[in-house]
Amino acid sequence: MSTITDPPKPGFRLSQLIYDTRYRSLTIQTVALILLVLAFSWLISNTIQNLEALGKDFDFGFLSSRAGYDINQMLIPYDNSMSHGRAALVGIANTLLVAFLGCVTATVIGVLVGVLRLSKNWIVSRLMAVYVEAFRNVPLLLWIVLIFALLTESTPQPRDFREGGSASMMFSESVAITNRGVFIPNPIWGPNSGILIAVFIASIIGAILYRRYAKKVLFDTGRLLPMTWPALAIAIIPTVLFYFILGRPVSLEYPVLGGFNFQGGIQLRNSLIALWVALSLYTGAFIAEIVRAGILSVSKGQTEASFALGLRPNRTMNLVILPQALRVIIPPLISQFLNLTKNSSLAIAVGYMDVRATLGGITINQTGRELEGMLLLGMFYLAISLIISSLMNVYNNSKKLKER
Amino acid sequence: MKTVFLGVLATAGLAAGVAGAATLDDVKARGSLNCGVSTGLVGFAAPDADGVWEGFDVGVCRAVATAVLGDPDAVTFVPTTGQTRFTALASGEIDMLARNTTWTFSRDVDLKFEFVGVNYYDGQGFMAPRELGVSSAKELDGATVCIQTGTTTELNLADFFRVNSISYEPVPIETNAEALQQLLAGACDVYTTDASGLAASRATFENASDWVILPEIISKEPLGPLVRHGDNEWADVVRWSLNTLIAAEELGVTSENVAELAAAPTNNPEINRMLGTEGELGAMLGLEASWAADIIAAVGNYSELFESNIGESTPIGLARGLNAQWTDGGLLYTPPFR
Repeated sequence: MSTITDPPKPGFRLSQLIYDTRYRSLTIQTVALILLVLAFSWLISNTIQNLEALGKDFDFGFLSSRAGYDINQMLIPYDNSMSHGRAALVGIANTLLVAFLGCVTATVIGVLVGVLRLSKNWIVSRLMAVYVEAFRNVPLLLWIVLIFALLTESTPQPRDFREGGSASMMFSESVAITNRGVFIPNPIWGPNSGILIAVFIASIIGAILYRRYAKKVLFDTGRLLPMTWPALAIAIIPTVLFYFILGRPVSLEYPVLGGFNFQGGIQLRNSLIALWVALSLYTGAFIAEIVRAGILSVSKGQTEASFALGLRPNRTMNLVILPQALRVIIPPLISQFLNLTKNSSLAIAVGYMDVRATLGGITINQTGRELEGMLLLGMFYLAISLIISSLMNVYNNSKKLKER
Repeated sequence: MKTVFLGVLATAGLAAGVAGAATLDDVKARGSLNCGVSTGLVGFAAPDADGVWEGFDVGVCRAVATAVLGDPDAVTFVPTTGQTRFTALASGEIDMLARNTTWTFSRDVDLKFEFVGVNYYDGQGFMAPRELGVSSAKELDGATVCIQTGTTTELNLADFFRVNSISYEPVPIETNAEALQQLLAGACDVYTTDASGLAASRATFENASDWVILPEIISKEPLGPLVRHGDNEWADVVRWSLNTLIAAEELGVTSENVAELAAAPTNNPEINRMLGTEGELGAMLGLEASWAADIIAAVGNYSELFESNIGESTPIGLARGLNAQWTDGGLLYTPPFR
């Protein structure tokens, strides 16, 4: 028989906050929080104090005052009598444009190069290695400036396109490559063009439905219907037919040389092209490595099993390897998209008027609102990055391994 | 969010923390003057083959350094672009800015700077290749115009084309050198900046005669050195260093005769007061009595500075024009040294 005595009631001692593992983490977190709050309040009070010392206030009113400067590339209507806020929006639109174009192109380049780098063909895989190493290891700014210099120095001036000049337009007088940019025809949407667009969208949906149907037939009966050319035909033929039935509602406005420059058409400025190409090639090199890593992460047994089942190399890649590789590829791909978007702020090097150049450059310079402007700029890039990563996370969730 | 906010606050806080009040004491303690200049505009501020900065604006920096430290070489030149110059000055990175900067209301009042005077009266002009066949800026409808971003020229240009109801395509560029490269490559039809800058740039071209400066001057651009708001002692030092250059020309004091004139009091009391042989003007500024004599001995008077850097005998070949003394029909007119 044993006597059970009450265990001694442990009294709480202060030293337990440090030596007792139950409380220690709490103590550390509290101290860290207090330090963080102190650091923050010091920074804020320091800023307020220094703004006062400089005689400046903190005010976003400048966004509604007249901007007074012009912007060359405008996706939304703007002129110099509009506000600084409007100018910032024009810049935001330009940033989004180059970021979107860049992300799409970089992905295409990256996937192609990543796959080709694993090619058994020695020349192809070496060439791709050279591309990846060259672009990955040289600063992006140099590529942007280099491509811009190539575009402006090696292309003819608009006046060379005059009668007797040394340059001529391409594709039956519709495209002009000049040192100010590339001029391409501009579509004019006439009456009834709404119907044409509706038909086009409907036929795209039709093509997708056809592919679904073909897949279902394949899974249900094992019969393989042709996929590519019927889908293409469904997507294109009705639109072409309706184009002629409706009496050619969409016409093209060709660029024509007039005065100092080409008039009409769409001008793809050299600054946009240089930035777009450089961002795509640079980020594409990183994406290629991510794709290569993703493919190599799928064990060789999968390829062999698929070959054993009689799948051809093409199908093996598309149906077996890439779907599994995507799970590895997508998360680092997201950060490459974010990088590309933020790197687009190097635009000022070639005079591309992105949000860094309008809000973060000219507006700040004309109004002297550095703190406000930089805060807005930081918040814009933060917001756009969060949006991109949340969109990509949705895609990631749809591709990741489904656990049941 | 947190990091961005912290970063911005930290930068702003640190930057502003440096901007103390007593710049004069800071410069003396440091032993050198931090002077903001342009990134390279021949005649106004550009390094020579040995990397030594020279030019008309550089002369103002050297004059202030001579007045404060007695040594025209005690200057650290900080190249600034149109966009970075005001932040550099406001943050205290530079003590003064002598970078063909236009004196405007908003810069003086809203941006909290103090323009101490005008060292060059300028106006905005256009330069185009001769073969373009343009004789007036009003014929520039549809032209592509290279422009330095972050300057008053950007706003003047927008106003000019708006008033004349003609269109143009702006190509914003960071520095003068990049703009010239674009112009020479034909990526823009015309280049617009201060007329003095156009003349200076044209002088560096291989075939200067292939380029014309259009007759229109579309704005007033009084260019002058500036300092931060709120430090009046320092502003006085810079202001009167500039005035010394101008007054010396008016009074006939040159780098050659200054030693002789400063040795003993002359018949002209104003020269005596300026050169420190009479009165206590130097002590009032917190400088040596011989401050003004040192300036003139080191960099010369306004006329010497003008003629050796941008005058008619140089490749830039600017006439005095508005920048002549008031006695010669120009606008240069200093308050008396009294």
